[in-house]
Amino acid sequence: MPELDALNAYRTMWRIRLFEEAVEDLYGRGMMHGTMHLSIGQEAVPAGACATLVEGDQITSTHRGHGHCIAKGADLGRSMAELLARDNGYCRGRGGSMHIADVATGNLGANGIVAGGPPIAAGAALSNQLRGTDQVCLCFHGDGAVGEGSWHEALTLSSMWSLPVVFICENNKYGMSMSSEKAFKVDQLSEKAVAYGIPGETVDGNDVEAVHEVVGRAVARARAGEGPSFIEALTYRWRGHSKSDKNLYRTREEISQWRDRDPIARYAAELLERGSVSQEDLNAVQDEVRNEIREAVRFGTQGEEPTVEAMLAGIYAPSPVDARELAAR
Amino acid sequence: MSVRDDRQNPVPPGADAGQVSSGQDGMRTMTYAEAVREAMAIAMERDDRVFLMGEDVGIYGGAFGVSNDLYQRFGTERVRDTTISELGIVGMGVGAALTGMKPIVEIQFSDFLCQAMDQVVNQAAKLHFMVGGQANVPLVIRAPGGSGTGAAAQHSQSLEAWFAHVPGLKVVMPSNATDAGALLLAALDDPNPVLVLEHKLLYKQSFEVPAEFPAARLGEGVIEREGTDLTIVATSVEVRRALEAAGQLAEAGISAEVIDPRTIKPLDVELILNSVSRTGRVLLVQEAPKFAGFMAEVSSTIAESAVFGDLQAPIRRLCGLDTPIPYSPKLERASVPQVEDIVREATALVGEW
Repeated sequence: MPELDALNAYRTMWRIRLFEEAVEDLYGRGMMHGTMHLSIGQEAVPAGACATLVEGDQITSTHRGHGHCIAKGADLGRSMAELLARDNGYCRGRGGSMHIADVATGNLGANGIVAGGPPIAAGAALSNQLRGTDQVCLCFHGDGAVGEGSWHEALTLSSMWSLPVVFICENNKYGMSMSSEKAFKVDQLSEKAVAYGIPGETVDGNDVEAVHEVVGRAVARARAGEGPSFIEALTYRWRGHSKSDKNLYRTREEISQWRDRDPIARYAAELLERGSVSQEDLNAVQDEVRNEIREAVRFGTQGEEPTVEAMLAGIYAPSPVDARELAAR
Repeated sequence: MSVRDDRQNPVPPGADAGQVSSGQDGMRTMTYAEAVREAMAIAMERDDRVFLMGEDVGIYGGAFGVSNDLYQRFGTERVRDTTISELGIVGMGVGAALTGMKPIVEIQFSDFLCQAMDQVVNQAAKLHFMVGGQANVPLVIRAPGGSGTGAAAQHSQSLEAWFAHVPGLKVVMPSNATDAGALLLAALDDPNPVLVLEHKLLYKQSFEVPAEFPAARLGEGVIEREGTDLTIVATSVEVRRALEAAGQLAEAGISAEVIDPRTIKPLDVELILNSVSRTGRVLLVQEAPKFAGFMAEVSSTIAESAVFGDLQAPIRRLCGLDTPIPYSPKLERASVPQVEDIVREATALVGEW
């Protein structure tokens, strides 16, 4: 497992934070449309988890997926262009916030359907197993997904076939407005792993090093052919579920308490206390990321609008027969 | 224009349905289920990426015996018994297809696709589009549909119109053994998700099949029987009934052309329009209920086209009744078009107009 590079982890968290703040700003100024689900406050989970991966490993993500994609290495410009509905975006303006994918690098896609990802992740893991590779798939999902039958089926089959997949539940306390404490009568969601005969562990999802360590163990286990694990990372989303959220189901105090546990500020303080990095190092990272985001917005806003013709040509992949005919013309 | 060779008509009832036998001219007798199995075996032999997963497809041999001994021939890695988890296994097919494999997922009854709808409709169908063409989903889902086995309302439906309505999916409905094999191979050759809706009543029917499955193409229909007085467009088991009806109609002096689109999405519109233009009358036959069914699409396509002016009679549909499939044999038979219904409707269409 790759060691956690502290400044890299710090950089990844800042990339996610500033990307989403920029998105929020663009949305507020009417430059971005549709809806979006921000993960501000949850950055330590993707930053810690994806740092355990090596080239070739895969992830599946969720509707709140900007962080996962960025941590897996998504290009900020192409991501921003996608949210700005431009042709130079990852999905050529067809997918938007909920469908960013970079399949060539193993990001199998965010997903607009809660628990749409777990069976796909299990399938990628089956493919890894059948192809005889040592690739591992990380499946990010929220606490809401645990209530879906799809999640249960994915864990059942992954367990039966000892597939190289790690299910990471970002328990941010709410499935939209449904409290996970109310919904699930267990002290920790990771207890559910027992039902599938796989290891389950709960970790502080606002501690990037703890996430890295726990996910790293599960990834190593999966890579060694010992099967799946289920990890619950306790975290919190500072913003509402989406743009329609009036925060009627939680208190200002609760939000404020969790803001005090900001995973980025906390990590910065820890690093400084250890003396392993200087304030100048941290400032340099922030400045660098700020420039990256500025450049990403510029890349996105300069993109062309997508065309209806390209959209209609993009519904089906060309079949080999059609391709041969086209070539002959 | 593609016209079916006469030799591919079904073997008369009473012929041995269990044996694959070779004839003199390279034709052999084979059931529809055997053809599907042979196509899967051919695909697995020539491409390591192909594997089959589904409920009871291993030692049990498949609920309808389609996979039979495949697990012995290809092993349990490539012929995988799953838990009863339709949503899970279709989703795993999507994930495997995204990452370099060519999965065949068997859904035991097409009715159970209701359990898997999210992965079929929201994931498989849309992924290539949603990710801007970065990835393909070469997934084949095989599922038997149709009534006639006394299995009642949750095991007998014909749901093809649902799937044909979803951009991104291809939908195949083979009506004979040759097509069941050839179109499955074409589906496996396609980089898109393809739903192959087989028919339970056809599985045990024997057909004359060429020594090798002919190259087929999704989106190409076939004229099963040529005729001049009317065109009958039918799907799946109704193609067999339409051909039998056409034989009876011929004895009564009515010449019916029978068209099998074979793939309902994409649809061979040209084949249908050319035929209707020649015959001037059209009878559309499907097992599924009439309301908002696939034949409504065919009907509209004809009505909106230039061949509308060639019609000598209103377009007529003969479809299943707007009812869940009932258990009683009498009611079940009455719920979907039978040979005598096709003869009656065709005779009326030609007689009245």
